[in-house]
Amino acid sequence: MTARLYRPAQPGTPATADGPLSGRRRPGGGPAAKPFWRRLGPWLYLAPLLAFIGVFKVWPTIWGVYLSFFHVRPYLGNQYVGSANYSKLFSDPDLRTAVVHTLIDAVFAVSGSIFVGFWLAVLLQGPARHVRILRTAVFLPTVIAMVAAAELWTTLLYPSQYGSVNTLLGKVGLGPEPFFSSPHSALASVILMQIWKNAPYDMVIFVAGLASIDREMYEACHIDGANWWQRLRFVTLPALRPITTIVLVLGVIRGLRVFTDIWVSTNGGPAGSSESVVTYLYRQFSENNDTGYAAAIGTVLLVVTMVLTCLMLLWRRRGDT
Amino acid sequence: MRIRTRAGVWLLYALVAFVFVYPLWTVVATAFSKQQAKLGALMNVPHGITGANVSQAWHLGVARGLLNSMIVVAVGLTLQLTVSSLAAYALARKRFKGAGLVMLAVLATMMMPEEVIAVPLFQVLGKIHQPFTGGTLVNSYGGLILPLVGWALPVYVLTGFMKRVPLELEEAARIDGAGDFRIFWRIVLPVCRPALGTCAVFGFLMIWDQYLLPLLVSQSPKMDTLTVVVTSLQASQEQGEGVRLAAVLILAVPGVLVYLALQRLFERGLLSGSLKG
Repeated sequence: MTARLYRPAQPGTPATADGPLSGRRRPGGGPAAKPFWRRLGPWLYLAPLLAFIGVFKVWPTIWGVYLSFFHVRPYLGNQYVGSANYSKLFSDPDLRTAVVHTLIDAVFAVSGSIFVGFWLAVLLQGPARHVRILRTAVFLPTVIAMVAAAELWTTLLYPSQYGSVNTLLGKVGLGPEPFFSSPHSALASVILMQIWKNAPYDMVIFVAGLASIDREMYEACHIDGANWWQRLRFVTLPALRPITTIVLVLGVIRGLRVFTDIWVSTNGGPAGSSESVVTYLYRQFSENNDTGYAAAIGTVLLVVTMVLTCLMLLWRRRGDT
Repeated sequence: MRIRTRAGVWLLYALVAFVFVYPLWTVVATAFSKQQAKLGALMNVPHGITGANVSQAWHLGVARGLLNSMIVVAVGLTLQLTVSSLAAYALARKRFKGAGLVMLAVLATMMMPEEVIAVPLFQVLGKIHQPFTGGTLVNSYGGLILPLVGWALPVYVLTGFMKRVPLELEEAARIDGAGDFRIFWRIVLPVCRPALGTCAVFGFLMIWDQYLLPLLVSQSPKMDTLTVVVTSLQASQEQGEGVRLAAVLILAVPGVLVYLALQRLFERGLLSGSLKG
């Protein structure tokens, strides 16, 4: 809004439509010189933020890239190893497994959350009081700390017959399942927990999306005699498609750096069966003392994240125009 | 038919509540139960009420963890909101060369997630010395707090909000002779109170949720935040489930309270920035 006020007159529009500050900024002419302190002004306001970002984001990022070319030895001094960490990275079978786990986790947890969140939204949409209360309650898993949720789920999915979920399964003649404690089901259990925690978040987004759909579309459906399923298929889903894509893409990019969920619930195990890229990275640092290798993994993950985010932003910008 | 559909819908309501809310209740029930739960079991109702689990957890480090987490949240959130609103004021209300570049830099930090840069960040913290104690930022409140201050989300939310504050408001104050900072502090910031509230809710949850950073920075139980305390209680199983779940409960409650108290602000923020995290 304000930007428009200041914008110089477009070529082709009559020059009489001068903005309030047109004297200072003429079309074709450069900005008139401002006194030094006026030019400094904005930077004074920005300085604290830029300082914090510079010291705690940019410096570590650059330092990480630097470290990735070294064999880091505390007290002995770092030893330059060239691209050795990177060649190790591309031929490390454990890391490859971790990448596969991370991708599986990101895709299934995010799409599962979207699926569950959508049906929650369909069930719990609308302004009625009891629905609003239930919506508030269902949202609670989202606002509790991830560590608390993971601790809760290790208890819910306790592998003995006393575990809550196994008690329920026992009542219908199933189980007891090992969940987190078996290599076959650990990752799936993590995904289940993440869907529980994230689906309500997606629900709120979809509730808003559903509320913004034009009512006349539904009336038209009614007149045409469309049934419930046709209405969903041809009106609701197409209307929600843009927002779903954004939630999906952002969620997957975010899912690439999953750490806390896995570290607290399974610690990457058993036998590495739920190791993700960042838990593997952290293990290289904390257990193997291979800081240089950890930095190399971090650098590659950072580059991948940046490329994916830029692609998404470009794609979104194209979608806007 | 109608009646049967209604009943079906209520059945679904019950199922949804059972899946998403009931597990949280079982934590409360087990944490306050006098009779200890079997290993891995959760209770539907507490068997006798006791505060013993809570007080035992309290003495096993939860008190210290809670104190640390509260210090980190209070200082971190204050700094985060101050720094973000100052920057947002310049980005939204000033025209200057490089504004686009700054926006891009802020955006770029969104792509530097703390999990990915955590290890080099830890080393950087070891290089920065504190002014008075002379120690580094490792194992200090500074190390727990300062990396969380520069966050893109509040900068975006506040910039967007400030752009919509009418310019006339500011001009009237300027004619009355108010200086730049006075206009920011007395005019623009009060108008932005709803947006600040939204940012406060998100900032609180983001800082309260921190796990990897305190795991790296804290080198002694004295500096552990609550999340780290809760996971370290997991290792010592001899206290039984009640104590651990009492600690989990204490970790979970503040987020729930903040959400319930400021729900409206929260949902607005969630929808305005479709960015998550």
